Amino acid sequence: MMTKPRLPGLLRSASLAALAAVLLAGTPGAGATAQTVGEIRIGLLSQTPEPPPSVANPDEPAADDGLAGATLAIADNNTTGKFLKQTFLLDSVEVPPDGDAAAALRELAGRGDRFVIVDAPGATVEALSKLPEARNLLLLNANAPDDTLRGSACAANLVHVAPSRAMLADALGQYLVKKRWPRWFLVTGRRPEDKLYADAIRRTAKRFGAQIVAEKEWTAESDVNRTAESEIPVFTQAKAYDVLIVADEVGEFGDYLSYRTADPRPVAGTQGLVPTVWHRTHEQWGAAQLQSRFKAAAKRPMTARDHNDWTAVRVVGEAAARTRSADPDRLIAFIQSPDFTMSAFRGAPLSLRPWDGQLRQPVLLAADRSVVSVSPQEGFLHPRTELDSLGYDQPETLCKTRGKTTP
Amino acid sequence: MTAARFTGISLAALIAATVATAASAQTIYVSNEKDNTLSVIDGQTMAVTDTIKVGKRPRGITLSKDGSQLFICASDDHAVQVLDLASKKIVHNLPSGEDPEQFALSPDGKHLIIANEDSNIVTVVDVPTRKVAFQVDVGVEPEGMDVSPDGRWGVNTSETTSMVHWIDMEKREVVDNTLVGPRPRYAQFTKDGSQLWVSSEIGGTVSVIDTGTRKVTKVVDFHIKGVAKDRIQPVGVKLTDDGRYAFVALGPANHVAVVDAKTFEVKDYLLVGRRVWQLALTPDQKTLYTTNGVSGDVSVIDVDGLKVTKTVKVGRYPWGVAVKG
Repeated sequence: MMTKPRLPGLLRSASLAALAAVLLAGTPGAGATAQTVGEIRIGLLSQTPEPPPSVANPDEPAADDGLAGATLAIADNNTTGKFLKQTFLLDSVEVPPDGDAAAALRELAGRGDRFVIVDAPGATVEALSKLPEARNLLLLNANAPDDTLRGSACAANLVHVAPSRAMLADALGQYLVKKRWPRWFLVTGRRPEDKLYADAIRRTAKRFGAQIVAEKEWTAESDVNRTAESEIPVFTQAKAYDVLIVADEVGEFGDYLSYRTADPRPVAGTQGLVPTVWHRTHEQWGAAQLQSRFKAAAKRPMTARDHNDWTAVRVVGEAAARTRSADPDRLIAFIQSPDFTMSAFRGAPLSLRPWDGQLRQPVLLAADRSVVSVSPQEGFLHPRTELDSLGYDQPETLCKTRGKTTP
Repeated sequence: MTAARFTGISLAALIAATVATAASAQTIYVSNEKDNTLSVIDGQTMAVTDTIKVGKRPRGITLSKDGSQLFICASDDHAVQVLDLASKKIVHNLPSGEDPEQFALSPDGKHLIIANEDSNIVTVVDVPTRKVAFQVDVGVEPEGMDVSPDGRWGVNTSETTSMVHWIDMEKREVVDNTLVGPRPRYAQFTKDGSQLWVSSEIGGTVSVIDTGTRKVTKVVDFHIKGVAKDRIQPVGVKLTDDGRYAFVALGPANHVAVVDAKTFEVKDYLLVGRRVWQLALTPDQKTLYTTNGVSGDVSVIDVDGLKVTKTVKVGRYPWGVAVKG
């Protein structure tokens, strides 16, 4: 079909700079005059905690989960960049679960990366944001949902591409309330992050007028796979409720609840109907294009983690295109200004909340093989943008260091 | 319901038979993205007279210069299909590159310039020889396409790059780029070629670009009472030949904006079906048709009265629309 060979899997390889340079040389640019090429280096610091041996997850995450999203976004940025004489480079470093993340950040900063995407647990994100070497960087949190990072632990050099737990819980809660399923049975796992997820669900219930009519804690440490059929009907006996909401972020038991509850009720939360930034069946708002572009490059569907890393790299690329600048200081200021908006295939444009550095965004509600809905739901109004009905709004923020400037 | 529709169709057939010899009967063609079909609407009766099976995921459609053929972007078949309108048969495919979404025909009818959405390329096909004339690299997710009335410029908008790429059709290369609002979806030159109008879906705006300088000279903004700003997502744009109006389809805002093409003021918002995307004017400029994806129908707008006069049910996710005069 093609008359000339195309660049194979555009910019998939590690030698991004070299390939970008070739592209630049061979492409008619925006102007005829020779212009210096603006180089923008983006670091990606990934750290994946080891799942406990009891985890039920049958889907082993891909080795390049997250990284593949960032790599595609670098290619996207470079395609745009060739018309603006801008080239983007990705420095990816994987820190072992017990490794030295601070040393990795210092190394990235030493290479001249002013933008560092942190795809790591919340504790790592917080520690890195406090390092002296991070002071003039922009850290883009692409993974940790912890609300404290947006609240009491917020930092001027830290923005959040991943939605917070409060945003995820609000996205789910709006839909359940709209469906008139306001009585929730909350089941919380034994890990600390499960308690935080449960806290977010309680906050949502309060905000949107739902009731938590029953609560239980799942404490079993063993793999319940073989015993679920007998254990779960007993465990889920509760007074009348509409939806069982499960808080089990790591996936120890949540997948065993559906179809085994004592009463015939749907399961939502960390399993069942899940609030998420991305799902492999999402195709609205041009998402089908991103899905097929990603699949062609990575040979697998895009995950939520891939999408967060893709978005983080695109935030920098969009700022560079809009300002036509490769100056990191200018880009950092622009990203946090009210003029910054970008498209991320979920309908409404994304922008940054100045009061806590959180990226405003729609949230998908996904079942195993379909996207059920997209929040914010119609009717949850907000004077600024309906997106601010998800998560901590300006008057509620616990972030003090960023200042409550009007967006 | 079913009975009523059958009566409608047979009545339409009857009228069609009796007035078959009457001059200037108009036919409207609509591609149904999720049905892999084309709906054929009789312009007099406004009834769907036929549904033609075409390739996978049909999106952009356009008529050949002589009006005897319809070009169809069958995106998931990676081909542009050529439908003979008399026989209603696909006669052949044109080479299109991967994932063709939208295209434009050069004024002489010889070149079809096609956006290959998945591969960041524009493919230019020589229609008579059915061969690829040339390809150019453009930005991420090329979409909107047009050719200037003098045939000098081919333009393409790239959605993720948010630019208009100006292809010099003689030199066969991109010679300039204009940055516009986020996610540009559609481009159309004015009849005299002096301006290019470009919609930005996520920016929520339409940029008017001066062809001579290739700079944005005006940005048109939209506000509909009771509709959130971020639901106003402009896609299709149609300009009347007399330079009076620009019609802009506002996507999930379910309205078509009527813009005074001289003062750039928005005169009116017309309520149409859900998720309105593409538009087509009749050759006599009296009627505008819109494709409404989510409600699966076509709205008919009277251009002089600026009123929606009818809604015609078509297939699932109607996308492209073309009118044969």
